[in-house]
Amino acid sequence: MIIIPAAVNNFVTCLLIGLNKHYILKEMILIKIILLLIFSTTAFSQIPTVDFEQLEPRLTTSSDSVYVVNFWATWCVPCVKELPEFEKINQLYAEKKVRVLLVSLDNPRHIESRVLPFIDEHDLKSEIILLDDPRSSSWIPRVDDSWSGAIPATVIFNRNTRSFYEQVFTYEELENAVISKLN
Amino acid sequence: MKKNMLLLVLVLIAFNYVSAQGYQVGDKAADFRLKNVDGSFVSMRDYQDAKGFVVVFTCNHCPYAVAYEDRLIEIDKKYRPKGFPVIAINPNDPSLSPQDSYEHMQVRAREKGFTFPYLFDDGQEVFPVYGATRTPHVFLLNRKNNELTVAYIGAIDDNYRDVSAVREKFLANAIDALLAGADPDPQFTTAIGCTIKADN
Repeated sequence: MIIIPAAVNNFVTCLLIGLNKHYILKEMILIKIILLLIFSTTAFSQIPTVDFEQLEPRLTTSSDSVYVVNFWATWCVPCVKELPEFEKINQLYAEKKVRVLLVSLDNPRHIESRVLPFIDEHDLKSEIILLDDPRSSSWIPRVDDSWSGAIPATVIFNRNTRSFYEQVFTYEELENAVISKLN
Repeated sequence: MKKNMLLLVLVLIAFNYVSAQGYQVGDKAADFRLKNVDGSFVSMRDYQDAKGFVVVFTCNHCPYAVAYEDRLIEIDKKYRPKGFPVIAINPNDPSLSPQDSYEHMQVRAREKGFTFPYLFDDGQEVFPVYGATRTPHVFLLNRKNNELTVAYIGAIDDNYRDVSAVREKFLANAIDALLAGADPDPQFTTAIGCTIKADN
C-alpha cells in the first residue's frame, strides 16, 4: 500500500502548476501520477507517528496472533544490536501469526534525517511506528508496571498472556519467548 | 474472600522482594568515593552542611541525559544554597560506551559548565548498590539523624523534550517537600532513559 502524504501531493501539484499552460488535462494527470510515485517511494516516505493513547490499543489483542512490541531508538546501541533478531522473528514466524512492531522513540524531528535512512540502511521489514509522547513518566507504567524506563524494552503477548522484558535479546532468547506465547 | 486477599498480599510482598534491586524509598543510602572531572575525589561526607543530595546517574551519550543537563544545572544553582547539592555520576563502562569515558566527561563538563561534580563510577560499583537502571535516574537523599535516607527515586520532571511543557517538576517538588519537612509525593516515578552500559 502506498500512502501519499498531503505534503507530497501539494508539492507535486505546485510543480505542475508551472506546466499548466502547455499540457492538456490527460497528460497532466499522467505526469502527476508518475511524480507522486517517485516522491512517495523515496525522499518523502513516512512512518506513522503516534502518541501513547494511539499506541495503547496495539499493546493488547483479541486475535489469535502473537505480538512482539519492541521499544528502541536509532541512537540506542543495545537496541540496534538486537534489531536483527526481531527482524528474523518477523520473517521466520510470519506464517505462525507472529507480528513484530518496532516502536521508535527517536525524536520526530529526526525522522527524515536519521530514522528513514536507518530503516533503509538496515533494510528493516517489520512494521515501524514512532511514539512521540515525551510525558514518559505517565505512559511507561501503562506499558508495564515493572519497567524502569530503560530501553531496549519488549512486550510479547497473545490474547491470554503477556510478558515484559527489560533486556537485550539473543535470537534464542527471543525465539523461546515467542514460542512460549504460541498455542 | 479474606483468604484470597491475604494470598494476594503475600504474593505481592514476595514479588516485591524478588524484584527488589537496589534502593527503595526509605532505605539508607551508602556513601561513595569517586573521581570528579577535576581530578579530585568526592564523597558525600565531604559536605558537612548538606541537608541531603540529588544523586543523579547520568552520562554523555544518552539523548535523554543530555536533554536534562541544563535543568540539572538550574536545580543545582537553586537547591545547593538550600542544602541539596547535585552530585552527578556516570555509571557507564567506557569500553561499552566510548563517549562516556572519563576524558569525554571532562570535555562535556567543561562545555556545559557543570556547577556540580560529575563523578566517574570506575568499575561500575556504585550504580548497582543504588539500583540505578538507566540514565538519567535520580535518587534524592535526605539527611536525618546524620544518616542519609532515600526520599525520592525517579525522573526529574514529566517532559524530557520540552521544558516549557513540563507540568510536574517531580524532583524540585520533592526537594521542596523535604525543605518543608514533608515527605515527597510522589516518592517514585519512572521515565524513559538509556540502559546503563556495564558488563553483567
